[in-house]
Amino acid sequence: MADISFGLIALQVLTGLALGCIFVLVATGLTLIFGMLNVVNFAHGAFCAAGAYIGVFAFGYTGNFWISLVVVPVVMAVLGMFTERYLLRPLYGRDMSYPLLLTFGLGYVVIELIRILFGTDGIPFSAPAALKGSMFLGDFSFPRYRLFVMGFTAVMLVGLWLFIEKTPFGLIVRAGARDAEIVKVLGIDTSKVWLLIFALGTAIAGIAGFLAAPMRGVIPEMGVTVLIEAFVITVIGGMGSLPGAIIAGLLMGVVVSITSYFAADFSSIVMFAIMAVILIVRPQGLLGRPEAAR
Amino acid sequence: MTEAVQIANSHSGSATLAVAHSIEKHRVAAVVMVLAILPVVLPYPALAINILIFGLFATGFNLLFGYTGLLSLGHAALFGAGAYGCGIAIAKLGLDLFSAVLCGVALALLVSAVIGALAIRTRGVYFGMVTLALAQCLYFIFYQWVSVTGGESGLRGVSVKRIDLGPLHVDLLNPMQKYYFFLLFVAVALAGFSRILRSPFGAVIEGIRENENRARASGYSLDVMKWMSFVLSGAFCGLAGALNAIHLGIVSIETLFYTTSGTVVMMTLLGGMGTFFGPFVGAALFLALEDVASNWTTHWQLVAGLIFIACVRFFPKGVWGSVLARTVG
Repeated sequence: MADISFGLIALQVLTGLALGCIFVLVATGLTLIFGMLNVVNFAHGAFCAAGAYIGVFAFGYTGNFWISLVVVPVVMAVLGMFTERYLLRPLYGRDMSYPLLLTFGLGYVVIELIRILFGTDGIPFSAPAALKGSMFLGDFSFPRYRLFVMGFTAVMLVGLWLFIEKTPFGLIVRAGARDAEIVKVLGIDTSKVWLLIFALGTAIAGIAGFLAAPMRGVIPEMGVTVLIEAFVITVIGGMGSLPGAIIAGLLMGVVVSITSYFAADFSSIVMFAIMAVILIVRPQGLLGRPEAAR
Repeated sequence: MTEAVQIANSHSGSATLAVAHSIEKHRVAAVVMVLAILPVVLPYPALAINILIFGLFATGFNLLFGYTGLLSLGHAALFGAGAYGCGIAIAKLGLDLFSAVLCGVALALLVSAVIGALAIRTRGVYFGMVTLALAQCLYFIFYQWVSVTGGESGLRGVSVKRIDLGPLHVDLLNPMQKYYFFLLFVAVALAGFSRILRSPFGAVIEGIRENENRARASGYSLDVMKWMSFVLSGAFCGLAGALNAIHLGIVSIETLFYTTSGTVVMMTLLGGMGTFFGPFVGAALFLALEDVASNWTTHWQLVAGLIFIACVRFFPKGVWGSVLARTVG
């Protein structure tokens, strides 16, 4: 293995980090919704696919990547609000498996609607002109678009962190995640908070889907793949833990990228193997609290 | 509440109750009798065979979901393991039908033992996430292991044309004969299923569903009980999968896909979870709807998803569950 240079490994790690950023965004949306509403959104992957298709459609219509990047979260947020208000809200207070089952069914509907509207075949989509090409980092080159994805993800995560930790609304979100009952008693309309959090979660899922489009292509079935990846990452990182989702997401991105280079056959299985080990060694996940594994 | 508890709780002596009571007492015979007339009533026997197989699959799933209270979204893995185990035994190893079915059940037991052991380390919604992920992992493994499984194009050549049961020759190319031959397996499985539910173990898993802490306080190891429930569930689902492989003569990779898990959840919900008849009622309704819907749309998944949503939202007890609630109160 002497001919495997340091540069090659570094390149795979960078590629993995870019992929990991997508994982992180998807898992973040899922974790946000779970932490606040106590709902595991099984339609999350389908929303991600929907975001990708809406983005590609908007790009075809406007020809501008940046406008599409704004359209996606807006449309997805509206879709998320509709879902929370009319489908999930009537189920609060019932057993936790009801919202789970409902969103599972919703995932079917969304993916099939995508098939009806855009066809069953994938749509090719390439990075916008401004982000095409490669950048030279030392003695190897790296696609510019992937660097953009990493930067964009970092900005979004910082924005999200500031929003949750530093704003009055974020305070309500944090308090609501700990004890929604008390927040309600204090005179805050939690149903509005939940509506917005669900919308935020789906908007992030949509952005993740659109950002992933030039890297991974756009097919209706991506809804399933993405959902499973997000689940594996939340289990590894620790359910309900945002830092856990970020660390596990980046880690899995690197692991998948390196495995697909050295042993391509195992790249789709390696994540599950790591999840199995985590479940045996530390069932609450890397950063999860033991009692959180409900 | 199950039929048994509901019936035991009500002491009025109305005629419907007496009927309900005697059906409950002889529930295996009742289900088998209904199944026995099914192919005569239905427009074509292929639909009846599907109801038989998927009813058994949903029954196995119901042991875990309806009776133990664990929602698995990875039961495609157990059904698929049964199908591939049986299919590989026939197509690659050239075993006879009965040994092949045993191979299918054995592989399903193995897969459920592993998935179960990992999944019971989590609870609640995690359980659904982990089972879904692990089942998808099995899908990837079988997808890539082309030399054994046929990969994307499926496992071909699972053909059994006839079977000799002593003096009796069953022609498996004749759908009616195939149906009643399969019904033998299903009847035996249902008798076993009913026996499990009436055993002390059956009482314990229902106790876990109702109140985990109380079950633990009563001195039961929840992990062991849940794991056993998962593995037993795997045996029934594996048998269903094995029969499906023989029925179709091919095992497609879709068998292991997550939509198969979704289908069995839908059937159980539609029929009524935690009831003995529910899974068969749900399977029959689901397959009949699919049959009708596929006449006017190619987008059955859309209809299935909408039914799913409507079921959860407005009709959580399912058809048979609601019937029970009405007659028995």
